[in-house]
Amino acid sequence: MSSIPALRIENLRKVYDNGFAALKGIDLEVQQGDFFALLGPNGAGKSTTIGIICSLVQKTEGTVKVFDYDIDTDFPMAKKQLGVVPQEFNFNHFENVIDIVVTQAGYYGLPRELARQRAEKYLRLLDIWDKAHGPSRALSGGMKRRLMIARALVHEPRLLILDEPTAGVDIELRRSMWEFLQEVNAAGTTIILTTHYLEEAESLCRNIAIIDEGNIIQNSSMRDLLRQSNLESFVLDVQENLPAQLVLDGFSPVRIDDHSLEVSVERGRMNDLFVALNALNIHVISMRNKTNRLEQLFVSMLEDNDRKLAAERAKSGASA
Amino acid sequence: MNRHEIWVAFTTILVKEIRRFMRIWPQTLVPPVITVTLYFIIFGNLIGSRIGEMDGYSYMEFVVPGLIMMGVITNSYSNVVSSFFGAKFQHSIEELIVSPVPNWVILAGFVIGGVTRGLAVGLIVTLMSLFFTKLHINNVPLTILVALLTSILFSIAGLINAVFANNFDDISIIPTFVLTPLIYLGGVFYSVSLLPEFWAGVSKINPVLYMVNAFRYGVLGISDISVGFALAMVAGFIVVAFSYALHLLNTGTRIRS
Repeated sequence: MSSIPALRIENLRKVYDNGFAALKGIDLEVQQGDFFALLGPNGAGKSTTIGIICSLVQKTEGTVKVFDYDIDTDFPMAKKQLGVVPQEFNFNHFENVIDIVVTQAGYYGLPRELARQRAEKYLRLLDIWDKAHGPSRALSGGMKRRLMIARALVHEPRLLILDEPTAGVDIELRRSMWEFLQEVNAAGTTIILTTHYLEEAESLCRNIAIIDEGNIIQNSSMRDLLRQSNLESFVLDVQENLPAQLVLDGFSPVRIDDHSLEVSVERGRMNDLFVALNALNIHVISMRNKTNRLEQLFVSMLEDNDRKLAAERAKSGASA
Repeated sequence: MNRHEIWVAFTTILVKEIRRFMRIWPQTLVPPVITVTLYFIIFGNLIGSRIGEMDGYSYMEFVVPGLIMMGVITNSYSNVVSSFFGAKFQHSIEELIVSPVPNWVILAGFVIGGVTRGLAVGLIVTLMSLFFTKLHINNVPLTILVALLTSILFSIAGLINAVFANNFDDISIIPTFVLTPLIYLGGVFYSVSLLPEFWAGVSKINPVLYMVNAFRYGVLGISDISVGFALAMVAGFIVVAFSYALHLLNTGTRIRS
């Protein structure tokens, strides 16, 4: 694999006209072929970062290179490498579906015949070819999202950026979109994904960055990040009636109802839990994660960052 | 982008613009024809017959070039202002901004789209005028050149208006309070030689006067002002307006946050 990263961001800052610092000097590198998650709470700076990469937002400072093409000095080449699926619907609702995709291809210099072939290919792959000659405003929300993915792929970019592509999409459609995106990634396209569905990021992405209040607070492989999670919460459904006061040696269970309980288990202590339940003659019928591991880590990291920032503010306030 | 890709991008924008105004032809092509036909009937036939000759021509013959130019100016302007602002309003302008299309190609695409509609309306109005008067064009190349340059200028002006517009009111303020008075006081319906000396002088600061008179010279062979000066002035305005519009796109004014 080439050593040139798909995306390299250095010291990226954005201060809006009202003085709000959305990005405070972030560095980020995404390798070719990666499926990368860029996560953060609302207002953390994810969309600003994506907006700068694709020229919708003007940066205050820093450099952005897409496959080593600088977005300032080599902007046509940098943009050719990029496909963007924004958070909001941003196509002309009065145009037909196929015209939207073919027109976008034209903006990248694709001849009309090739543009029509590509449009058909991606609209078929995304299962909206039957709507191709109808007005885009008649599409459902999920179809509109798929239309924007087809539009972003029509010039076959090397880097695809998806800003919450499955927001408001039902679970069945979401899973079919995940499969499609995994196929696109397997075919060699680097993908950067922002999402609020952490399950989605955990199952799709190999590397992750978490951004909060304009700073990157975590940047690692998904595997390394999940290894940091030492405690998992499970919900257990049991056969017998649970006693009102449930005591399990070494654990702090919470009784949910007569037949289910919630318990947090440290890594490597799962067998101890079953032994303790067995000792009380309680048999487990089924179990599931209460929340996924990434979600637990995500929330705890944001809380840690909030505490750190509050302490820094208090310190700077005291010294002033 | 290489030359071929730039050409494809330009024609894509142009085709999209033409498709837009053709799709809504009852809103874009029919109203100016009805308006101008009413002008022909009222000012040309009913009132014009009592006015008599103007600069040696019947009032109907005199007013036709002005009305054609009125159609060209208003339609070139309104096509670009509504299309570009509509793209901003729906955020579909982002499709262009994320693409590698150079800003001058975006500008040229929208402007030539406006020119296409302006000249289409001008042609339709010209054909309509044949129902009311005989039209002998004195200088065909000059007539086309003046219409083309005027259409380019007002298309660029429409784009500048759309860049600064924040809502739909903002795209109707300039046509209502600036463009319409300039057109009506620009010699469409009268010769400035009829005005008292002071007001004739004041009229000469109105750029539309030069365009209407240059066009009238192309059609009838008469003009209140120097045609060469008029052409130079319109060309100069185009250079300034194009440079300013390109600067607005390059800096992302009111488009990029």
